[in-house]
Amino acid sequence: MRARASLRARAAASAAVAVNWASRRAGLGSGTVAGGRAGLVVDPHLVEKLCVGRPVALVSGTNGKTTTTALLAGALGAGLGGGVVTNATGSNMPAGHAAALAAGGRTGPVVLEVDEAYLPAEVASLEPTCAVLLNLSRDQLDRTSEVRMLANRWRVAFAGGAPVDLVANADDPLVVWAAGQAERVHWIGAGLGWRNDAVGCPSCGEQVTFADAFGAGGWSCVCGFARPALEAWLEEAADGGSLACFADGRRLVVDLELPGRFNRANALMAAVAASSMGVGADEALGAMAQVPSVAGRFTVGEIAGSPTRLMLAKNPAGWSELLDLVGGGTAPVVVAINARTADGKDPSWLWDVEFEALAGRTVVATGERARDLAVRLRYAGVDHATVDDPRAAVAFAALEDGRTAAPVEFIGNYTAFHDLLDHAR
Amino acid sequence: MSTGLRIVVVYPDLLGTYGDGGNGLVLARRAEWRGIKASLHQALSADPVPMGDLYCLGGGEDGPQVRAAAALRQDGTLVGAVERGAAVLAVCAGFQIVGTTFPDANGSGRAGLGLLDVSTVKGTGPRAVGEVVADITAAGAGPLPTLSGFENHAGVTRVGPGAEPLATVRRGIGNGGGDASEGAVAGKVLGTYLHGPVLARNPALADLLLGWATGGQLVPLDDHEEAALRQERLAVGRRSPSGMARTRRRISRALRR
Ligand SMILES: [Zn+2]
Repeated sequence: MRARASLRARAAASAAVAVNWASRRAGLGSGTVAGGRAGLVVDPHLVEKLCVGRPVALVSGTNGKTTTTALLAGALGAGLGGGVVTNATGSNMPAGHAAALAAGGRTGPVVLEVDEAYLPAEVASLEPTCAVLLNLSRDQLDRTSEVRMLANRWRVAFAGGAPVDLVANADDPLVVWAAGQAERVHWIGAGLGWRNDAVGCPSCGEQVTFADAFGAGGWSCVCGFARPALEAWLEEAADGGSLACFADGRRLVVDLELPGRFNRANALMAAVAASSMGVGADEALGAMAQVPSVAGRFTVGEIAGSPTRLMLAKNPAGWSELLDLVGGGTAPVVVAINARTADGKDPSWLWDVEFEALAGRTVVATGERARDLAVRLRYAGVDHATVDDPRAAVAFAALEDGRTAAPVEFIGNYTAFHDLLDHAR
Repeated sequence: MSTGLRIVVVYPDLLGTYGDGGNGLVLARRAEWRGIKASLHQALSADPVPMGDLYCLGGGEDGPQVRAAAALRQDGTLVGAVERGAAVLAVCAGFQIVGTTFPDANGSGRAGLGLLDVSTVKGTGPRAVGEVVADITAAGAGPLPTLSGFENHAGVTRVGPGAEPLATVRRGIGNGGGDASEGAVAGKVLGTYLHGPVLARNPALADLLLGWATGGQLVPLDDHEEAALRQERLAVGRRSPSGMARTRRRISRALRR
């Protein structure tokens, strides 16, 4: 009955394409969101209509959405063939989905990054084959307030909804709570570096106890709420890389262009999602190894004449991953903080980040909220300079450091990262 | 138990939503920089609250706030310490907890610790979220520079006769009762809705608390980075004058009539 896109949906898709085209011509950027909005005005059900009859995967969670979406899209493209439709720009609300679908092919797999708040509605309307649930932690508290409320909304949505294969991070108690009443769940040990939002048991309120640093030993609460049995998990390999280990005995090397344990965990989640959509985990991981950089993250480019590695961290959980990655090195570090609407207007989360790990390095604070950061660094015991302009900050860091071998490590939050990315060559 | 100034961050696992743990760090560092021996304890909710000279309570979500209040009442150490002269900084959910009553997620009143004569009910308007600029009015806080911070709360707090409002908002909502008051103070217990965290943005407030806890005179520190941050934040407060806050207050007053 819904096998073909209706006339109305086709008209809406054309409207979205036309608006995108016009907006690009007018120099309004890629225009994706504007086009998507126009398409949704013509047909509010545009997104679901363009997904009918296709394998659809949704990816959500506080951190790692964009990367996991790109990895999964790469795996499905290699394994299933045909053009994969995906919202690669990170526009993860319905208008962004409409735009990506309208601009892409009408058949073949769909992989969408979904804002956490929109996930329940999209799971209900799109009836996806699978949904990847990465993690839940504090992010933009001035806008979304309570992360537990979000976990509860997910739980309700997955309890009674259409059958969907959930690929869920079993190391995050809030994710386990969210997916706990669903019919089909693949529990994955993807790790959890930041735990401050997970210590209170979502079931009874008592304190959750974690066995060790990366959750390999699991977690439990006195009420019996505990980490479920794993279908797959990561193990450290002798060479510093990671192995994807499966309960059925398979062990696959996870070797990515993208750095960091957290990205290898994202790849494991994507590999299990790919399996649920008919692409073997080994083939999926092989394809993911080819993904060079995602939406500019971890790009090494030249800023003001200095080679610079560009990284994005939006919240304490993201920061704990990146401090893990750059910690122990000696390269100069530039930290850029803005507090625009897309970043969240309250940067008090800076005090949840363990900047103490940067002590002894050349550190430069920059961005529109450089002064908040400078005060935070002062109390963290991290010597630093404050340079308002981010490009000047990179140049200053390279000069101050006096070394040319290692690229400057630039870590910015959302708009600070994207502003600098536009200047990278 | 260690000697020197004992600073206790109370239940960071329940009351640490808005970077409020930073307040404890600011106090400890500012003591150390002056050569005052200080120790910083993170008191998790599963453990007994340690004896301290200066306690910090932060913001938290509804459920954890109810648990924190119940645990602190049962534990009793904090209330006993205040009776023996310990100082308290209570922020946001912590501010509500040290009062007499506060609302749970359903809006029902829960018993607070009664350390500060304030009572909180669920607000009916939109959540108070945004930058705050407030002038100190409390005699008990002495002369202090203008307060700068960020608020994010739904509660409306009334200050009773046993306490005095800490400040008057020039920008922002504060206690939300229509009188433009923000925070409250009585003796050595000080409550506020401001995070930022509040002591990082207002080092003079940190020093007021340190003075209460040590009973001594404090040498000034080089706070030029805090000064630069304050200048920037206070300028933002001036750029959008109090008109909006005033209008909101007028509307909320009219609605209550
Ligand atoms: Zn429990």
